[in-house]
Amino acid sequence: MTAMNMVQALNSAMDVMLERDPTVLIFGEDVGYFGGVFRCTAGLQQKHGKRRVFDAPIAEGGIVAAAIGMGAYGLRPVVEIQFADYILPAFDQLVSEASRLRYRSAGEFWAPITVRAPCGGGIHGGQTHSQSPEAIFTHISGLKTVMPSNPYDAKGLLIAAIEDNDPVVFLEPKRLYNGPFDGHHDRPLQSWSAHPAGEVPDDYYRIELGQAAIVRPGAQVTVLTYGTMVHVCLATVDACGIDAEIIDLRTLFPLDIDTITASLRKTGRCVIAHEASRASGLGAELAAQLQQRCFYSLEAPIERVTGWDTPYPHAFEWQYFPGPGRVERALKRVMEA
Amino acid sequence: MPGHSTRGLQAPLQLHIPEPSARPGEAPDFSGLVILPAGTVARPDVHAPAAALRELPFQLIRVLDDDGHAVGDWNPHLPAETLRAGLRAMMLTRALDERMVRLQRQGKTSFYIKSSGEEAIGVAQAFALQRDDMCFPSYRQQGLLIARDWPIVDLICQIFNNRKDRLKGRQLPILYSCREAGFYSLSGNVGTRFPHAVGWAMASAYSGDTRIAAAWIGDGTSAEGDFHYALTFASVYRAPVILNVVNNQWAISTFQGIAGGDEATFASRAVGYGLPGLRVDGNDFLAVYAATRWAAERARSNGGATLIELYTYRAAAHSTSDDPSKYRPQDEAAHWPLGDPVERLKQHLIGLGAWSEERHAALAETLDEEVRAAVREAESHGTLGTPPADPETMFDDVFEHVPWHLREQRDEMKAEGL
Ligand SMILES: Cc1ncc(C[n+]2csc(CCOP(=O)(O)OP(=O)(O)O)c2C)c(N)n1
Ligand SMILES: [Mg+2]
Repeated sequence: MTAMNMVQALNSAMDVMLERDPTVLIFGEDVGYFGGVFRCTAGLQQKHGKRRVFDAPIAEGGIVAAAIGMGAYGLRPVVEIQFADYILPAFDQLVSEASRLRYRSAGEFWAPITVRAPCGGGIHGGQTHSQSPEAIFTHISGLKTVMPSNPYDAKGLLIAAIEDNDPVVFLEPKRLYNGPFDGHHDRPLQSWSAHPAGEVPDDYYRIELGQAAIVRPGAQVTVLTYGTMVHVCLATVDACGIDAEIIDLRTLFPLDIDTITASLRKTGRCVIAHEASRASGLGAELAAQLQQRCFYSLEAPIERVTGWDTPYPHAFEWQYFPGPGRVERALKRVMEA
Repeated sequence: MPGHSTRGLQAPLQLHIPEPSARPGEAPDFSGLVILPAGTVARPDVHAPAAALRELPFQLIRVLDDDGHAVGDWNPHLPAETLRAGLRAMMLTRALDERMVRLQRQGKTSFYIKSSGEEAIGVAQAFALQRDDMCFPSYRQQGLLIARDWPIVDLICQIFNNRKDRLKGRQLPILYSCREAGFYSLSGNVGTRFPHAVGWAMASAYSGDTRIAAAWIGDGTSAEGDFHYALTFASVYRAPVILNVVNNQWAISTFQGIAGGDEATFASRAVGYGLPGLRVDGNDFLAVYAATRWAAERARSNGGATLIELYTYRAAAHSTSDDPSKYRPQDEAAHWPLGDPVERLKQHLIGLGAWSEERHAALAETLDEEVRAAVREAESHGTLGTPPADPETMFDDVFEHVPWHLREQRDEMKAEGL
């Protein structure tokens, strides 16, 4: 076990997999000699050689396309998109190719690729360094979408993603890279070293895709969330004394529907919290699944706490980010209904 | 059997990964650059068919020689007054960049990008274009706005996201938009506006207008599909547009070889599209001006698009979030064989007897004071962290008219006391 922040845990996952599996290779913008603008691949080229960890041209469509071709050959490429905001030039390759290759070739070809991308706001990154695009991937049949909320999960989930034979979009909430940010931007950031999930095994381990984690058991209301919002919800619940059950979805698609529905059948109330904007967001899919499966357990309308349906405005970071105040008031509304 | 396999009998294939000439701790090495003496490249007629110009993209158009004399066919013979105005705009750009980085360190803004060493590009090109030609820049051509005399206090208000920020606090610092100055809205994603310039130029031609368009993209970003969309459309429709690749050798930590610059010059991408490609010393104000003029005349007379590679060096960090000593020799900029654009134009003017060290030093001081005064004025309208425009404006301009769901969310935000 070593104390690691999320960057180090991701680095360790890739290091372990480069060591274990000669078909694993890593490329992306600035990931080689420099080790990535967020340092997630620091030292990996120096350790494993530039044949296995190298810089790519600024062409996200090309990066994902080349990865798909390598996957078709039999390699397991792990590519980094510098910011999730810049994954869009690769959208066609992900939607029309990676997600359907297995289906349209009736299993002759497939794309065992992992596409890593830092996502989310709270870093004063403005419109194009703050987005949470997960729902545009969860909408695509044939893609798996993952978002860890702590170093321990990040490593285990990334290893499982790399070993998965289907394409995985692996979104990393960059506001959590250095600590469990709880939405209180005016307070000092806690360090991962003081957090139990900052203790990370040095060796290989997997956290299976498709499994949510109950990060706080509770009886009164179910909170469905993921990424940075896990910590915002935890801090809010701790402060307001509501006995909420907080579920970190971890894999956003395919959903761990059993864990989610079991919780709602127990509590009868639900708040869904995500940073991404609201319209057609993942919260909409969750709410639709829950009203159909748990209608007779529901005691109150399901609430969504989300980013607004606007681009992410640079100067209004904290009016946009769904912080603890908004989560608390949603919890109270649900409890009072 | 046709194409039978010899797999296993042949030598194994090898994957090639390009590497820059030097990394930290090594001596800067530009010995691989072939730099022809100034004045050696002939200037073709602006109406010459592209097929007759296929050698140009492999040469390097230079006007100012090592002693600061303007030589050769491409010398634009500009009056000293214009040269001094160009020098002033480059120096003001530099003074603003320096001051903004300092203010970023003091927390008055979140981010900044300098154009150090590349000032001749935006500035000389603004001089070579007409004031109403439309520019589609990258984030490193602030010199365009300064050369077009746009008030720097307005730029600083955007950088501070303050009450006078015309972009209402929505954009990262330096991602300006300035329609009145013919400066298209910038965005954080690179490359996407390059083909917009072609569409704008096609529209200008369609409308029987006389204005042309110009666009800028980095060496690194030329790897994006957008670059190729732009060249294809520009070629097919003979769009009146100047497409510039600013090859400053680096894309954050990635050297230009990763964008394919080691195999062929960026200017030579033009050849496959049947476009003229000019490769220009980007630190030579006169050469940049002359090449841009050539392309502008060609475009304005229905001769279509030109691709220009501006050969330069990114002398500063990529941005305030970057530390270049981690990936390139610390003193690499000082070894750049094409010098500094401000210094070179200054020497040229002194050689003409139209400038002096004293006037230069005095001007530098005046410009620094001009920037400080603009900062003071901008600060009186607030800096990052002081409330900019009303947060409710966040919901405006998503659509022309605010739809019901955004009105609802705006009310929700107010009710939340945010
Ligand atoms: C689509 C997209 N991908 C990646 C990035 C991240 N990024 C910002 S600037 C940059 C380097 C660009 O280099 P270059 O095109 O050479 O321009 P320069 O910074 O040298 O002027 C990268 C990779 C981005 N902003 N947009
Ligand atoms: Mg560059």
